Amino acid sequence: MALFQIAEPGESAAPHEHKLAVGIDLGTTNSLVATVRSGIAVVLNDEHGRPLLPSVVRYHPEGGLEVGYDAQMRQAADPKNTISSVKRFMGRGAKDIAHLESIPYDFVDAPGMVKLKTCAGVKSPVEVSAEILKCLKARAEAALGGDLVGAVITVPAYFDDAQRQATKDAAKLAGLNVLRLLNEPTAAAIAYGLDNAAEGIYAVYDLGGGTFDISILKLTKGVFEVLATGGDSALGGDDFDQRIFCWSIEEAGLQPLSPHDARLLMTRAREAKEFLTYHPEAPITARLSTGEVVDARLDVDTFADITRNLVSKTLQAVKKALRDAGLRPEEVKGVVMVGGATRMPQVQKAVGDFFRQEPLTNLDPDKVVALGAATQANLLVGNKTGQDDWLLLDVIPLSLGLETMGGLTEKVIPRNSTIPAARAQEFTTFKDGQTAMAIHVVQGERELVSDCRSLARFELRGIPPMVAGAARIRVTFQVDADGLLSVTAREQTTGVEASVTVKPSYGLSDGEIAGMLQDSMAHAKDDAFQRALKEAQVEAQRMIEATQAALKEDSHLLAADEIARIEAAIAKLALTMEGDNRRIINLAMDDLGFETQEFAHRRMDQSIKRALAGRKVAEIKMEDE
Amino acid sequence: MAVTLSEKAAKHVSNYLAKRGKGVGLRLGVRTSGCSGMAYKLEFVDEVVPEDMVFESYGIKVFVDPKSLPYLDGTQLDYAREGLNEGFKFNNPNVKDQCGCGESFNV
Repeated sequence: MALFQIAEPGESAAPHEHKLAVGIDLGTTNSLVATVRSGIAVVLNDEHGRPLLPSVVRYHPEGGLEVGYDAQMRQAADPKNTISSVKRFMGRGAKDIAHLESIPYDFVDAPGMVKLKTCAGVKSPVEVSAEILKCLKARAEAALGGDLVGAVITVPAYFDDAQRQATKDAAKLAGLNVLRLLNEPTAAAIAYGLDNAAEGIYAVYDLGGGTFDISILKLTKGVFEVLATGGDSALGGDDFDQRIFCWSIEEAGLQPLSPHDARLLMTRAREAKEFLTYHPEAPITARLSTGEVVDARLDVDTFADITRNLVSKTLQAVKKALRDAGLRPEEVKGVVMVGGATRMPQVQKAVGDFFRQEPLTNLDPDKVVALGAATQANLLVGNKTGQDDWLLLDVIPLSLGLETMGGLTEKVIPRNSTIPAARAQEFTTFKDGQTAMAIHVVQGERELVSDCRSLARFELRGIPPMVAGAARIRVTFQVDADGLLSVTAREQTTGVEASVTVKPSYGLSDGEIAGMLQDSMAHAKDDAFQRALKEAQVEAQRMIEATQAALKEDSHLLAADEIARIEAAIAKLALTMEGDNRRIINLAMDDLGFETQEFAHRRMDQSIKRALAGRKVAEIKMEDE
Repeated sequence: MAVTLSEKAAKHVSNYLAKRGKGVGLRLGVRTSGCSGMAYKLEFVDEVVPEDMVFESYGIKVFVDPKSLPYLDGTQLDYAREGLNEGFKFNNPNVKDQCGCGESFNV
């Protein structure tokens, strides 16, 4: 007999059509799987009622493996074959991993990603992660009574393409269909329903067991854009345990402890930390193997005192992230708390004081990311729940980009990106003193603008005059759920802004889109050649202009024959760049570079002398700080 | 004629309604589809239709449209746990046979 869930009015699924979808929080320390049941996101527990799955995999010498609590229990006994925190190695080469030498595994440096030597053979982090995902998949299928249609898997906002791809590969290996990778802070915000809340800036404060992440998100038209991320990969709840541990050793006047006693006292320290979340005072009692007895009482105020600098370290990172985003704390509309360590009252209070508002804490901070992912997964497979039906899963049929110097296309949103989507890219000025920038929005896969479709043109004016390359113009492309594109250009120092809205797929039939795609493939080689040529021409033009400007300003640094040689090189380059031989243009550029090398040195010396003339060393140092 | 909820089912429904923040009760119904002829409908109710039949068990209002009632008469909706899976279960005395998974049935 089937078990039913309650549907929204009028949305009962036809038999066998309710699609089973889950959200997975694939964490460094613990992982979770969640789904939407009767309209409410819930975390799925294992057969013992435990929601968390420790992200630990142990390989057996005789084949076979275990995942989760069982593997974690054997970690001390079998450290080399018990892989924990594998997330830190996803998509990373040996040189990308901090403190590689202090990690107890036998690493094999493979191209692109490290691998781990275990008794069951060499394993890549992707394979290890896949075991964790398989375990969660089996749990979900047992709990939901059917095959999963797909999963949304969360990743840290700072994950790069290699790390994201590794996560997708792991899911594929586990037999999961990835509906979408979702940024962890965005998932947390969705769990709190902030995607339906007022537009504005939100902060997600994520203090886990061993890591701290802060993300600043901007919500516009239901789309979250990550403005800034920051944190500390070596700061978490475990450090708070450590502080209590040290405090109790001091209180009891203990000698250095045996590893067994240290582990025991560390466990007591963690229990005390958790107890203090709901009580004003916690007992710490332990009988050590030496016969000594620890019997201390830790109160909330002392706990806050001994951990004050840990909390303030997190706030430093918060300040930095806000500064990176160019925002003040009072501009933040809401603060979401994620991670078990945010249960500590002193953390909640410090964050509340900093942002001058109560942080959101009513969902379980260990589960909030998985719950948000489940909500998103439920939407993406089409089990819509009422008011959320505006959110479509759709993709952009052709890349969207803009024209850069020389008539080249710079793709900002690649084709097949799911919408809603928002991407930003920074551009700069090409000429000294340039005060306006023409922005030409195009659609298509070809390298040359003339082969793409023009969507809109607009101009950003009021850029303060600066040397070429100094201005920072952030161009944001945003495609909303209806496929409507808006492009905004903003000069970062003054904040001058201009924007335009277009509907990119307007007027293009499926046939035309297919034609444009075929074209781009047929011309791929030709296009690459054209692009390289154009790039060389643009670079040559820039070099000529820069040299001419320098000559005008500082020709007194050169002898007459040196000037003549530079001018000859300029003339030669100007001539060759008219042609279509990229190799010759590059050679002429090298020549000009060679002729102007000495000139550049002298100019540099001159400006350093000017800057330092008549100043004391102390003054210069102060400015640096 | 009546349709009822078990106490356990009622507790879960009231829980879901509270978390959902709106809704006046639960709708049970049948429609013709599925591999064995009929399929159950189980939905939250936001708007009451005048011809609905209303039953109440353990404080929860249960709405059934008059066309569905003959197929559901005597049904008790229970809440059950089967392994890791949990959900609502139709104990319907009218069912003659059902498809393997029980999502659709025949009277």
